[in-house]
Amino acid sequence: MDVTADFMPPTIEWFALSPYITLLAGALVLLLVGSLTPHWPRGWYAIVAATTAGGAAVLAGLQFAALETEAARTLVKGTIAHDRFGLVAIIAVCFTVVMSAMTTSDAASGDSLETYALMLTSALGAAVMVSANDLLVAFLGIEILSLSLYVLAASDRRRAASQEAGLKYFILGGFASAFLLYGIALVYGTTGQTNFGGIATVLADEITVPRNDTMLLAGVALLVVGFGFKTSLVPFHSWTPDVYQGAPTHVTGFMASLGKVAAVVAFVRLFVVSFPARADDWRPVVFVLAILTLVVGSVLAIVQTDVKRMLAYSSISHAGFMLVGLEAAGHISSSSASDGVSSTLTYVVLYSVLALGSFAAVSVVSRGNVATSLDAFRGVAKRQPVFALGFTVLLLAQAGVPLTSGFVAKFGVIRAAVSTESYVLAVIAMVSAVIAAYLYLRIMVSMWLAEPDSSTTATALSLPARVVLVVSVAITLFVGVLPLVVLDLTDSLTTLVR
Amino acid sequence: MYTTLAASTSALGFPILSSLIVVPLVGALALLWFGRSRPEWTKLVALIASITTGALSLWLLQAFDTADAGFQFVSLHEWIPAWGISWHLGVDGISLFLVVLTGVLFPLVIAGVDPHHDERPYLAWLLVLEAGVVGSFVSLDLFLFFVFFEIVLVPMYFLIGGWGYDQRVYAATKFFLFTMAGSAFLLVGIVATAMLSRASVGEITFDVVRLAQEGSLSVDAGRWLFVAFAIAFAVKVPLFPVHTWLPDAHTQAPTAGSVILAGVLLKMGTYGLLRFGVYLFPEASVWARPVLYTLAVIGIIYGAIAATMQKDLKRLVAYSSVAHLGFIVLGTFALTDQALSGGVMQMVNHGVSTGALFLLVGMIYERRHTRQIAELRGLQQVAPVFAGFFMVVMLSSIGLPGLNGFVGEFLILIGSFDTARWWVIVGTVGVVLAALYLLWAYQRVFHGEPDEANRGFAELRLREGLLLSAFVAIIVFTGVYPKPMLSRIEPSVKALVEHVEERTDYRQPQHGVAGE
Repeated sequence: MDVTADFMPPTIEWFALSPYITLLAGALVLLLVGSLTPHWPRGWYAIVAATTAGGAAVLAGLQFAALETEAARTLVKGTIAHDRFGLVAIIAVCFTVVMSAMTTSDAASGDSLETYALMLTSALGAAVMVSANDLLVAFLGIEILSLSLYVLAASDRRRAASQEAGLKYFILGGFASAFLLYGIALVYGTTGQTNFGGIATVLADEITVPRNDTMLLAGVALLVVGFGFKTSLVPFHSWTPDVYQGAPTHVTGFMASLGKVAAVVAFVRLFVVSFPARADDWRPVVFVLAILTLVVGSVLAIVQTDVKRMLAYSSISHAGFMLVGLEAAGHISSSSASDGVSSTLTYVVLYSVLALGSFAAVSVVSRGNVATSLDAFRGVAKRQPVFALGFTVLLLAQAGVPLTSGFVAKFGVIRAAVSTESYVLAVIAMVSAVIAAYLYLRIMVSMWLAEPDSSTTATALSLPARVVLVVSVAITLFVGVLPLVVLDLTDSLTTLVR
Repeated sequence: MYTTLAASTSALGFPILSSLIVVPLVGALALLWFGRSRPEWTKLVALIASITTGALSLWLLQAFDTADAGFQFVSLHEWIPAWGISWHLGVDGISLFLVVLTGVLFPLVIAGVDPHHDERPYLAWLLVLEAGVVGSFVSLDLFLFFVFFEIVLVPMYFLIGGWGYDQRVYAATKFFLFTMAGSAFLLVGIVATAMLSRASVGEITFDVVRLAQEGSLSVDAGRWLFVAFAIAFAVKVPLFPVHTWLPDAHTQAPTAGSVILAGVLLKMGTYGLLRFGVYLFPEASVWARPVLYTLAVIGIIYGAIAATMQKDLKRLVAYSSVAHLGFIVLGTFALTDQALSGGVMQMVNHGVSTGALFLLVGMIYERRHTRQIAELRGLQQVAPVFAGFFMVVMLSSIGLPGLNGFVGEFLILIGSFDTARWWVIVGTVGVVLAALYLLWAYQRVFHGEPDEANRGFAELRLREGLLLSAFVAIIVFTGVYPKPMLSRIEPSVKALVEHVEERTDYRQPQHGVAGE
């Protein structure tokens, strides 16, 4: 029998896929040309990587603009969603690559060919994740991203801690992928679909899949576990502090920003698009996870003594805030559910800028002093007041002080939570933000109010580090003072294509 | 009444309220910009910025229309229309004097008190602080108010932490976290107020005037929201039992920080209770009165007893603040014209007299490097002028007739007597206790024979004398002739009480007081 006879190749919109292709091609070209030529001078790999990511961002931006007139749709037989929600996430992902490439070019250990190639493949994985409209494609994206990040975490070959972080991340991440895959299998088993929209259609009808179908619920629960690991939600967070601390600082910043954007956006898309009919089942789970993540993240953050661990726990606590938005999005019957979707995206994108800037600052301080303990920050303000001021702005933004992007982000999710009447969650989120504020204050105290340690030395800021810090501080303040621009943008992002 | 008047704008054609916020900010930026290359200009720039703000606030006082109970000099611009947030500023009789107090206090402390090190960032933070404080007093948009209310924490944190005394980092952190914890509830409350009023107002708005006039909330919602607001403001005031940050912050802050903290920052709490608590949630304010009276009276008695027991002079003044602010809260929630006028007036009086007390304690510390009462003795002999100033300021804080403290306290007590009789009776004990702890402290510090260490206590210098004279002038003028102040406060206070009466079954007791 000739099977090829009924095979209909899907129509491919090459231009719509161009950001992914650019990222992949960039990675391949860099690897191929780079490995056939002698080691390039410092910074050149970074320029190629940043240009590629920048190009992909521009292409994504062009399509974002084109979507004004065209309709949001799915590509390649419904496996890739082509909507503004995903395109904004792709632009954010490419932005993190550009910024991280700059930080890395400056780092003592990272300026090698593989690092940049892996950054580009991570970005490809992330881009696929955020726009995947099919469980298998989403899984593909997650694996591309995860594998790249495992290697990046271990990329400092001279530090045992880096190796350990990579291995730990790999083993635990492998577990999480298994959970995820099992969840995908169970959901497929119940619904016979892997397509997000298809799953939603099947589940909308309660006769095909009964309300309390155990297999489906188990599948959804396993998906929560898998995504919970990738987004580092409590109780699936235990890898985060160790990996963040062990990995080279420029990689940590990259993981914290790009990894978070990809995982959170994919999480939101999957649950909002596929399981609206089961929102009453998963929303309470998200509610509990959000509370645990917020409280545990912020409480454990304040007892740390290493700045990278502190920021790792703070990233966990921020993930809790993003869940507050997802919880609001789970009130599907409420007219404000779409606020939940857009506020989560706003939060994660703004957070990624803060994380990039903060880790770049940590990287600057730790470069001269290797250690990233809080003591390394003693008296930084005495030696480098402008640098300290910039870092302080980023820290205050993470604490959610008004006139910074952090406040806009927090206000957005709190607003979504309140308008869906999740008052308890909103209050717990704000109180945990206060607890977390203590952590940022500790870093600020160390920088501004502690006497400089004689053993620490001032490190001059290189040009890339300056650029990264200036850009992230500028975005933080600009969005904080004129949130209008971002809000208008994100308000148009609430429709997810099926 | 409020409805029509709220829309009235000033005929000045000049955004005076926005300028009050922008001028200090520009000053702070100027300090950052060229302060490093021209260190000799820093003080001058800070003075110009703060004196300009002060002059503008005095002009505001002069241009203020006494007959108008609504908001004047209104400035209304879109800021984040997508969320119903606007740049909405305005003053009425309640906020007017707080703005003026802020405008006057800052140039005085900038001119009169020098930091021990790093003058430039110190002055820059003070100017940022001034912008934030003025902003919170003139905001008529809940979101905007919250922004200013929160942003004030940052400069204050750095002022205490950077220029304070031994325990400064602890005190600064405690201050920051306590206030921010209160704000956590405030933010949720603010958003919920806007969301829940959507049905009655017709759209989501954070505009205080519209929410108060057009919004109507269910009884339960109103009460919950009031509680959320009250928690935030109770921390700021501070009310018992969330007052514990205050003695630490006051004691560890540099002198200028203490003066500003006592003078205007604490007033953000009492002002918030009045402007947002009572105005937005009249029903809940009437409902919550017994609890607030009780907390206020506990504060009065507890603050007074704690002050009596203090060994540290600055801590003593700090605890006396707790007691004084108890009176203000009592007056605010008594909800009678007299008590409210007294409360608003007392906010200003407390700012002036406690601010001056902190200045004096700071001067003692500069000379003797101690604030322990036990180590000070007989200062009256070696520094009679200094002792004289201390005496006047102290008597104003005690509430001696003829000085400003008396007018406010008397109005509060007399106005609250009908609505909060038993609480007032207990609270009055606090007046006696105030005399006890302050006079006793004065006796220990200034009377007796100076020992060796105290004999070298220097007399008041000219600059210090001028600075204190400004305070004493305000103290005496307000005490002898309070009418200009009361005539500006009263219309707005009456309108507020009417606003409450229109929306609840609460009625202010009528006595046919002389002249009415």
